[in-house]
Amino acid sequence: MENNQYVIGVIVSNISGVLSRVSGMFARRGFNIDSLTVGETETSGFSRITVAFHGDEDLKMRILKQLEKLHDVKEVEVLDPSDTVIRELLLIKVKNTPNTRQDIMTAVEIFRAKIVDYSTTALICELTGETSKIDAFIELMKPYGIMEMCRTGIVAIERGDNCLKTR
Amino acid sequence: MKISGAKIVVETLIEQGCDTVFGYPGGQVINLFDELYLSRDRIRHVLAAHEQGAAHAADGYARATGKVGVVIATSGPGATNLVTGIATAYLDSVPMVAITGNVPCSLIGRDSFQEVDIVGVTMPVTKHNFIVKDVRELADTLRTAFKIAKSGRPGPVLVDIPKDVQTALWGFEAKPDPVRPYPPTFASDMKLRRAAEMISKAERPYIYFGGGVISGKASAALIRFAELIDAPMGCSLMGLSAVPSDHPLFLGMNGMHGHYASSVAQDEADLVIALGARFSDRATGNKERFNKNFSIIHIDIDSAELDKNITSDLSVQGDIRDALERLSAMAEEKKRPEWNKRIQELRNEEKERLERALASSYEKNCSNCTAACDKQGLPAEQRLTPYGIVDAVSAKAGDSDIIVSDVGQHQMWAAQRYPLKRPRTFLTSGGLGTMGYGLGAAIGANIATGRRSILFTGDGSFGMNLNELATAVSQGTPVIVVIMNNGVLGMVRQWQTLFFDKHYSNTTLNRATDFVKLAEAFGAKAARAFTKEELDSALEQAFTCNGPFVIDCAVDCDEFVLPMLPPGGSIDDIITEIK
Repeated sequence: MENNQYVIGVIVSNISGVLSRVSGMFARRGFNIDSLTVGETETSGFSRITVAFHGDEDLKMRILKQLEKLHDVKEVEVLDPSDTVIRELLLIKVKNTPNTRQDIMTAVEIFRAKIVDYSTTALICELTGETSKIDAFIELMKPYGIMEMCRTGIVAIERGDNCLKTR
Repeated sequence: MKISGAKIVVETLIEQGCDTVFGYPGGQVINLFDELYLSRDRIRHVLAAHEQGAAHAADGYARATGKVGVVIATSGPGATNLVTGIATAYLDSVPMVAITGNVPCSLIGRDSFQEVDIVGVTMPVTKHNFIVKDVRELADTLRTAFKIAKSGRPGPVLVDIPKDVQTALWGFEAKPDPVRPYPPTFASDMKLRRAAEMISKAERPYIYFGGGVISGKASAALIRFAELIDAPMGCSLMGLSAVPSDHPLFLGMNGMHGHYASSVAQDEADLVIALGARFSDRATGNKERFNKNFSIIHIDIDSAELDKNITSDLSVQGDIRDALERLSAMAEEKKRPEWNKRIQELRNEEKERLERALASSYEKNCSNCTAACDKQGLPAEQRLTPYGIVDAVSAKAGDSDIIVSDVGQHQMWAAQRYPLKRPRTFLTSGGLGTMGYGLGAAIGANIATGRRSILFTGDGSFGMNLNELATAVSQGTPVIVVIMNNGVLGMVRQWQTLFFDKHYSNTTLNRATDFVKLAEAFGAKAARAFTKEELDSALEQAFTCNGPFVIDCAVDCDEFVLPMLPPGGSIDDIITEIK
């Protein structure tokens, strides 16, 4: 069975409970999600949810149709990965020691990350990029001692003038 | 002029054409009940014995008429008691609006007395739900609730109204008409043309329909279509009553306990045309094996049902009546003598198998059941049989009487055997399988239509919500309760007999309930029947009685529901006889 990653953009009414309706639907239908993010849109009263999951075409269709059934869901679209800007933000706190400091800073430079906090014992790096880039950076930081980290999950928007909007 | 939120609720219900609500009062709906009292000449409130019964009554009201059923309960336990009733309606696509009170907004989230997050609780079992925290939004929210409940594939909607919203004042202007449903999706011409082509190429088409044909008011269109293409029809449990049972093309329910000819004809078909059905596991059995021999055209108003359980060869989203009418205009009129000959063979075979099963020498072992049958020492041939009971009832009942069932063996016997004539005359919990559904639903159906309800139930199911006998008595409901009393939880016992080495774990009831005395204690009339004669005489009384009448029928605990496709099995594993 094919196992692709899909990214879906969902426009929902910005009212209380809507996130739990969407995430609850995924949970009770047994659809596993890789990431789910939510935030405001250019239009007040609406939020945009970006959901990423792995599965086959069949699963994708089932998820799409179940999303479309929810009363608060106004628009759903599968984003074409080859024509979509997909980004994720990582904040990662790594041990700061005289022996490792230079290596970390080199990696930060190569990955075009930023150091956003510096103390004698710890560094916080900020990185945006596609999931694979974030994963690679985390892997690279492991030997230096990751103290804590958090990542946002992906947000995505299609290239060109094709827009996901409420009709 | 400003009026209270509670009055806005009542005025909006009346505006929406609601003549009856079912419910139970409590602290957080006391204002709402005050307004119901003041408007009692314009809207009827039926007090149930328990909120679950009220919810089933609203469901029965809706199923019997197609109108939106309304139920009202208080916060906390009142609201949670509705949940099974709401879930029952959700799984069977029944239009319902449930209104709950809640603690004032300032107390929400503080675990106040009788506070529960009913919106959170019912999210997975409603089409949508609301909590109204601003009286200005109350009327429109209720209107939207009705709109959602009756649009497309119908379903329940819950509106939770905190007490301070009920007491707050706001202006209200009644709309001249109830809200209209959202416009339905209509099937695409291209897809219907493809369907017509597939049907015309098929040699052995079989129509499989579900409850969508009833809620889509498509019975007449379905019959015309079936006659036009000369295809046999079978249905799911939910499809029963859409087509008269004696229609020459109708083979009956198929699936786990479906008719032999119906299930086998489906398997031998080269094309199955599925209409308003969801291919539940009870209908398909083993999904790998299910559609090995045929292609599928699936038409449903809900696109999420298409390719959900079974992948079809052509899936069409659209209003079922419209789709059938247009498809009939495109499809080629055909006669299929070969296929019909085969169908007739299957019907004959079904008859033979049934006769064999009924005459089967399977030793009925009553030693560990508490049913009264063996206490009477009646010889086997004089005892009541499940089909005998159904036949005796149908011989006396009218075509417009509403047949209701609980859940279990009696449900399947009634579904297999009862000769139905008109849509919306067979109410049963098909999707959720709610034991205890029947009595409330039977009361609601009678109140909605004024027609007699006949409930087939078992001693297990009846025991779950028999408190609604109190409601039937207080409302003077002409409901005949036919208890197939076998002293056991027969459906589970049947599985234990067949698949669990007769380990009758917790299915032998060992109760000493006297249902006649019990009914009389509630103020209802009742009789007991061990034999056909006793049953006939009890029915004679029951059909002339204006209130509820309970008939306790003794049934052997080792009666089986047959045929049976074992769970997860297929047509190859069909059991038509117990040896």
